[in-house]
Amino acid sequence: MILHILGTWIAAGLTIAIFSFLYKDNPFYKFAEHLYVGVSAGFGVIYVWAFDLKPMLVDRFISEHGVERWILLVPAILGILMLTRWTEKYAYISRLPIAFTVGIGAGLGITGSVQGFLLPQMQATLLPLTTINNVILVIGVVTTILYFYFSHEFKGASNIILRVAIVFIMVSFGASFGYTVMARISLLIGRMFFLLSDWLHII
Amino acid sequence: MRISDLKISKISRYYMVLLILGLMVFSISFAQETNIVAPANVRVFDTPNDGGKSLSVDWDLIPADTALNPNFIRYEIYRSGNPSGPFSNVGFILKGSNQYQDQTVLNHKKYYYYVQAAFKDTTAQSAVIGPGISIPQWFNIARINVLLATIILSVLVVWYIERAKKGEKLFIRRIAGIDAIDDAVGRATEMGRPILFSFGLGVITDVVTIAALSILGKIAKKSAEYQTKLLVPNNDPIVMAAAQETVKQSYIEAGRPDMYNENNIPFLTSDQFGYAAGVDGIMLRERPGAVFWQGYFYAESLIMAETGHSIGAIQIAGTTAVTQLPFFIAACDYTLIGEEMYAASCYLNPDPQMLGSLKGEDASKAIIVGIFTIIVIIATAGFLLVKPMPIINKIFETLVSWFTAK
Repeated sequence: MILHILGTWIAAGLTIAIFSFLYKDNPFYKFAEHLYVGVSAGFGVIYVWAFDLKPMLVDRFISEHGVERWILLVPAILGILMLTRWTEKYAYISRLPIAFTVGIGAGLGITGSVQGFLLPQMQATLLPLTTINNVILVIGVVTTILYFYFSHEFKGASNIILRVAIVFIMVSFGASFGYTVMARISLLIGRMFFLLSDWLHII
Repeated sequence: MRISDLKISKISRYYMVLLILGLMVFSISFAQETNIVAPANVRVFDTPNDGGKSLSVDWDLIPADTALNPNFIRYEIYRSGNPSGPFSNVGFILKGSNQYQDQTVLNHKKYYYYVQAAFKDTTAQSAVIGPGISIPQWFNIARINVLLATIILSVLVVWYIERAKKGEKLFIRRIAGIDAIDDAVGRATEMGRPILFSFGLGVITDVVTIAALSILGKIAKKSAEYQTKLLVPNNDPIVMAAAQETVKQSYIEAGRPDMYNENNIPFLTSDQFGYAAGVDGIMLRERPGAVFWQGYFYAESLIMAETGHSIGAIQIAGTTAVTQLPFFIAACDYTLIGEEMYAASCYLNPDPQMLGSLKGEDASKAIIVGIFTIIVIIATAGFLLVKPMPIINKIFETLVSWFTAK
């Protein structure tokens, strides 16, 4: 019980310390900030060990057999090569795992984007121009694609395409902005409820 | 004499209606209860287009499998390595479904199955079928459209890279935000303040982070020329390593390797809001004159961009995170929207690979717009001429189905 009350007071104090930033930078905010960064970095180390390294490398190396066991040496060696950054002489070796990761990311990104975004979005836009909705959708998609076409200088009449596109883009951003602000308000309500209910017991 | 002429009280009529309904429900449930039959036409086959270790079992729905029948509950799937057993239950499927994927099998091993229809009080077991053998496939034919699109994109990119390598002038239009990059670095230098660059929460496998690295290289080179301090706090250790390499290389290219300080490109934390708090703190204490938000951002974007705005820094953002772009547009001086970031990184670093990639993408976009135009015309014609020429509609449906991603 005492620990629970102590925890609530520490959480409330840190919440107020973070909120004090709204006034200006101050020692309370600095304390909360450094504590947060430090604790989260420490937590990150434990997390990487407990959820990545141990279950995906160490435990699997013990439990797997044959090729599936020895293939684990590849990521292990690549990981160890990253540690060469500590030595000035061999630091260049760390570029190998970085290049490997970047290459894998870019390669997977292409097929992932084609399958996950390009084809489904194209399919959803191939519509007959028989309703106002369909017309708006097709014009919006085509002009927006052309907005991101960089091989042509849009001047004069063709500049209208960019103007139409930016209207569609901004309407989309406006909707997204409003939607996200509402989500943030709910986060604020959550913290205020914690302060007023769990801590001060006013509500 | 009609029924309405009979002198029956209202209550009696209700009783009669209830009696008739009760008889109907009883007769339906009786008919269903007598419908206790085992699943028929059970098949087992290797799950197509997968990496192995999976067998699919399907069957015909039994007549008792209806939403209104509470007597029938589910289908249970039993498996054995031997046709004579013993069989063990490997899973179940609720009524209404007639396919089950067993993902607990080994490759190249024979398995036998039967499907059991589970009723409230009894069960009905199908014949044993098999053997089913799971084999991994090298190629997923359901994704042939993805392969084709990737090949077209890759061929275009390689073709344009080759053209750029031969020294051909490939035109890229200038984007407003690009000019602002030089101005921002110059402004920070004049004010005697550092420059801050953040990748957000992007990891090295994000294409946007790779593009941001290219922009960082250009900014680092400028900052070395102007002898302005460059701060790059990181959320990801691998991105940090790549950022350190990029900045170091740029400083060497600018002839100022002595200016490189690894401590200016630190790792803060992998926690989202811990990182935001850390970057905010750095901004408040170091008070950078120019801030670059280039990479992939989540909810921390506005927190950091607002702090940058409050200290009076010129801010240039660039991200492909659609949900965060509105916040950057509201809080920053310039924002590179989505693919503009790739164009900017290409414009700043116009080597053949970058230039060819962008031109290849542009060619793909031109093809996409062409496809849209043709298919939308076919779709509209198909809709308008659906009676005299139904074949147009068929062509449209066939074309659209090709874009289905599985």
